[in-house]
Amino acid sequence: MSEAILSAQGVSKYFGGLTAVDSVDFQIHPGEVVALLGDNGAGKSTLIKCISGVYRPEQGQVSFNGEDITGHAPADIRSRGIETIYQDLALAENLDVGANVFLGKEKTRRLFGLIPVTDDNYMRAEASNALDELDIHIPSLKQRLVNLSGGQRQAVAIARAMYWNAKLVIMDEPTAALGVPEQRKVLALIRSLRQQNIPVILISHTMHDVMAVADRMVVMRRGRIVANIQRADASEELIVKHIVGSAENGENAVMI
Amino acid sequence: MALQAKLGDARRQHLVNSRFIDFLTKSWSYLFLLALVLYFSVTGTGFFSVRNFSSILTTSTLIMLMSIGQTYVVITAGIDLSIGWTVGLSSVTTARVMRDLAESGNDVAYAMLAGIFAGLLVALIPGLINGLLVARVKVPPFIATLGMFGIVRGAAFLLTDGQQVVRGLSSELRESLRMIGNGSLLYYIPDDGFHWFALPPDLAPQQLRVVSQLLPYPVIITALVVVIFAFILARTKFGRHTYVIGGSEEAARRSGINVDRHLIIIYVICGFTAGIAGVLHLFRFTAGAPQAGEAALLSSVAAVVIGGTNLFGGEGDIMGAVVGSLIIAVLQTGLVILNIDSIWQFIVVGIVIIIAVLVNQLQNALERMQANV
Repeated sequence: MSEAILSAQGVSKYFGGLTAVDSVDFQIHPGEVVALLGDNGAGKSTLIKCISGVYRPEQGQVSFNGEDITGHAPADIRSRGIETIYQDLALAENLDVGANVFLGKEKTRRLFGLIPVTDDNYMRAEASNALDELDIHIPSLKQRLVNLSGGQRQAVAIARAMYWNAKLVIMDEPTAALGVPEQRKVLALIRSLRQQNIPVILISHTMHDVMAVADRMVVMRRGRIVANIQRADASEELIVKHIVGSAENGENAVMI
Repeated sequence: MALQAKLGDARRQHLVNSRFIDFLTKSWSYLFLLALVLYFSVTGTGFFSVRNFSSILTTSTLIMLMSIGQTYVVITAGIDLSIGWTVGLSSVTTARVMRDLAESGNDVAYAMLAGIFAGLLVALIPGLINGLLVARVKVPPFIATLGMFGIVRGAAFLLTDGQQVVRGLSSELRESLRMIGNGSLLYYIPDDGFHWFALPPDLAPQQLRVVSQLLPYPVIITALVVVIFAFILARTKFGRHTYVIGGSEEAARRSGINVDRHLIIIYVICGFTAGIAGVLHLFRFTAGAPQAGEAALLSSVAAVVIGGTNLFGGEGDIMGAVVGSLIIAVLQTGLVILNIDSIWQFIVVGIVIIIAVLVNQLQNALERMQANV
């Protein structure tokens, strides 16, 4: 397999006496979709936040494209191409798609060669291209996001991450709030990211989603990685066993 | 076939209807203003005249200036209750500085400029403190600005030693103030013609009574402020970020917008436009009055809401506030001309506010329906 694009080695994070993440080793390769599974409090979100820069790990090292990014600021990590899409999406739902793709990085042009004004047509056109690339169709780009469906909003969040040249996308429960057709759409989006060789870390509780898109399943329990299973060896039953802990000494586990 | 054609017709009819309703909900405040003007023009003698329209515009400037800054604040899902007294503070400060400088032998023009500067500057202080409280200390805007309401009120009255007006403005100073506050860039006298800057000195009393001010200075100044702040809100990055913060503060923060700094600037802007209103109030009435903007505060909020700005933040614009202010000013004048007790004004404005909120909700519901077709 090709070189890992992101690699975490011996990462630990403590909150007071609690060990949230316990010397975890984690890698992801280009074009790979890795599902991160585990019960509530297993350490998934903490691990993700150690990668995205929200938390600074107490021990261990995170490197991205061969560079050490341990403890860097979230903005720096984003600018290197690691985009995290949180459950609440962080969109301005009162504004249109163009405004949201360019949120905080609005493109301006000079009116009369003098006064900088927002270039809404440019932003709308660019957003439209970004959506086209992901094969997402939104009826009217002037539509405010409140009027779009949950799946379409999720798509906008993904398009935004893509537009700013994401090299790794982390998604936290992307289908949790969606209806079935929209869940399918998001899964299709994840596949489309993979086709563009962009790796995805997917946190999910929905076993169906995981089985549908993930190339590899990583199960966490009490801050440790307890299983690392390739798609070919995975079954829902096996994964659930690891999540609840009944497979720890079992013969089914394929430990790597 | 016939059935299909019929169905097509029905669908088209439905589309036309929804477009019509769409148009109504989006522009109802403009239509309402137009209807009011028509109604008063037909029923009230003397309402339909250039003279009266220019007086309505002049009356509206106080509320309009306050509602400009208020629009920015409301779009960020805040509210500024203190600006009514900021108007007074600014008016009183301007009057005192002008009076004291003129008294100590300075040139009147110099005293006036220094007074204007002081009046505008002092208005930024409550705005700055409001902004710091809301952005940095996370005090809810309602509470922070309610506290400031009391503080600024007290400060304004301290500056007049508890009096209703600043006393002791020289007659020369008053005359100069009046020239701008009650003056016009362009006058029209029937049977005589147009005059720029000033009226001819030897006008007969019957001529004076029919003079029309075509471009009153307070209206010109207010129009300038409207254009500048409408442009900033609608077209610039700063304006866009204002909407982003109103839509989702969290999204704004995560996208790298400096939300704290932005909010502070917005409350300062709100103080600033109230300050302009205060200075202009002094020019119009030649008396620095602490309670100059007291009654206008709620009207300014009403104007913002009537104009379609959402009190929960994220939507609205300056033109809406302008139309809202005009509706209130037309009502005030129209009811007086119809000889209806001006108390009715409160009731009518109250009803209009409620209609505005209902229409806004209807509009949002419609938009959602159309998006899901």
